[in-house]
Amino acid sequence: MIEFRDVSKQYPDGTTAVDRFDIVIPSRKTTVLVGSSGSGKTTLLRMINRMVDPTAGAVLIDDEDVAGIEPVRLRRRIGYVMQNSGLLPHRSVVDNIATVPRLTGASRAQARARALELMDTVGLDRALAKRYPSQLSGGQQQRVGVARGLAVDPNILLMDEPFSAVDPIVRTDLQQEVLRLQRELHKTIVFVTHDIDEAFLLGDQVVILATGARVAQVGSPAEILAAPADDFVADFIGAKKGKRRLEVASRRDDDLVLADSAGFPVGLLARSQAYSVSDKTAQAGDA
Amino acid sequence: MNYFAGAIAFILDGANWGGENSIGSRLVDHLVYTGISVGIAVLIAVPVGLLIGHTGRGRTIIVAITGSVRAIPTLGLLLFVVLFTGLGLWPLVLVLVVLAIPPLLAGAYSGLDAIDRQTIDAARAIGMTEWQILTRVEIPLGIGLIVGGLRSAALQVVATATVAGYVGLTGLGRFLIEGLALHRYELAIVGAILVAALAIVVDLVLVGVQRLVVPRGVPRGTSRPRARGGRPSGPSGAPAPVTEG
Repeated sequence: MIEFRDVSKQYPDGTTAVDRFDIVIPSRKTTVLVGSSGSGKTTLLRMINRMVDPTAGAVLIDDEDVAGIEPVRLRRRIGYVMQNSGLLPHRSVVDNIATVPRLTGASRAQARARALELMDTVGLDRALAKRYPSQLSGGQQQRVGVARGLAVDPNILLMDEPFSAVDPIVRTDLQQEVLRLQRELHKTIVFVTHDIDEAFLLGDQVVILATGARVAQVGSPAEILAAPADDFVADFIGAKKGKRRLEVASRRDDDLVLADSAGFPVGLLARSQAYSVSDKTAQAGDA
Repeated sequence: MNYFAGAIAFILDGANWGGENSIGSRLVDHLVYTGISVGIAVLIAVPVGLLIGHTGRGRTIIVAITGSVRAIPTLGLLLFVVLFTGLGLWPLVLVLVVLAIPPLLAGAYSGLDAIDRQTIDAARAIGMTEWQILTRVEIPLGIGLIVGGLRSAALQVVATATVAGYVGLTGLGRFLIEGLALHRYELAIVGAILVAALAIVVDLVLVGVQRLVVPRGVPRGTSRPRARGGRPSGPSGAPAPVTEG
């Protein structure tokens, strides 16, 4: 469980990136921070591994304040995947994936064997092991990035807009890959994106952020779609403009009827289901 | 008017290569002056350049040094120093070190500065220490430009070490000075040809070094162009917080 307690971040030039942010990120779930540029979502993500230190408040991992943990040690036990992969261009794929295990003392042979396994895990052909990042496609580079993030088998995986620079078809593949990985691995994933579709697809919990990391709404995708907290959220998720692929068309008894963008009903969202999702989130939050 | 042919004949005559004041001994002396001076300059300038490139602090020092120090006339400085210290090897080495520092400093700094900020940010985010970032990411990626600075420094020092002849030392500069003083201009041309040839040889050797040390996966001679998230050239000079794309 990751907990933000009354966290603020002010830069020396006076800009406030984050203003009194509070949230609980449940373990072994995917939480998506979604917002437009300037919403502070990346800043929040980077507070978890101390790439950014808050100017007030605390970030806790399993009730331990990260401010008390030496940054290098903290970062080595948290997976980090970023936009444009951030791979080391002078190292082969297998050595990129093995970077952190090598830093933490694994032997070369051990680290490479593990790296090759991880290539299987993220759906990369082992034949690519000796290639350099510049010889890979954007989608392949991101897969290597994910494999590197998983290399030390971290409990927490931070993903900072990992798929925003790849083309839509590859992005869809990668999103499905994350869903599959999460079903198998059950990591605590914190995922940052500006793409609300991506947020709803991947998130067990979605946090919609307004400027200055103000929390506009927190909930499961179903909860947010069914009941946007305010006009900002409704606007952001596109409910008003009918931009959503799915939206709540009407209520039938206690159930919600979902319709596609052309207005055709495509299914029912049983209320009981929506409740059960929110209950789970609440429990995990309390845990 | 056959000085040039005379110079070639002088160089090709094996008798002129051995013994005292020969081409051989002066060539070796020239290389010794160059080696000592560039070596000392590397020890001073490369760590400073790497430090500035890594931290991004003190860039004004680079600008000041590469701009102003380069304008100092080496011969003038040498004679000035000799007034205080007397003749000897060390005044020469001092002025050649001064000459070699700016290109080395600029090479080391720009080698690091040209690296994509995201690569370094990622290295830090996955848990590399600052020392590991420097030695395992920045130096390997910047080595092309760092050695480029070395090439530039070595070339300038090889060419300028001819001033050794003015202060009682030898080196290839002696041929120039003697040729001019004795009106044996073919000797002066011998000096000029040998210095130019030595400069070319030294440069070719360093090109070879450059090719050897630049790791695979990195374009040779240059570093990767900064794609996104480049360091903004703000007046504050402080590393900017990483912003959202």
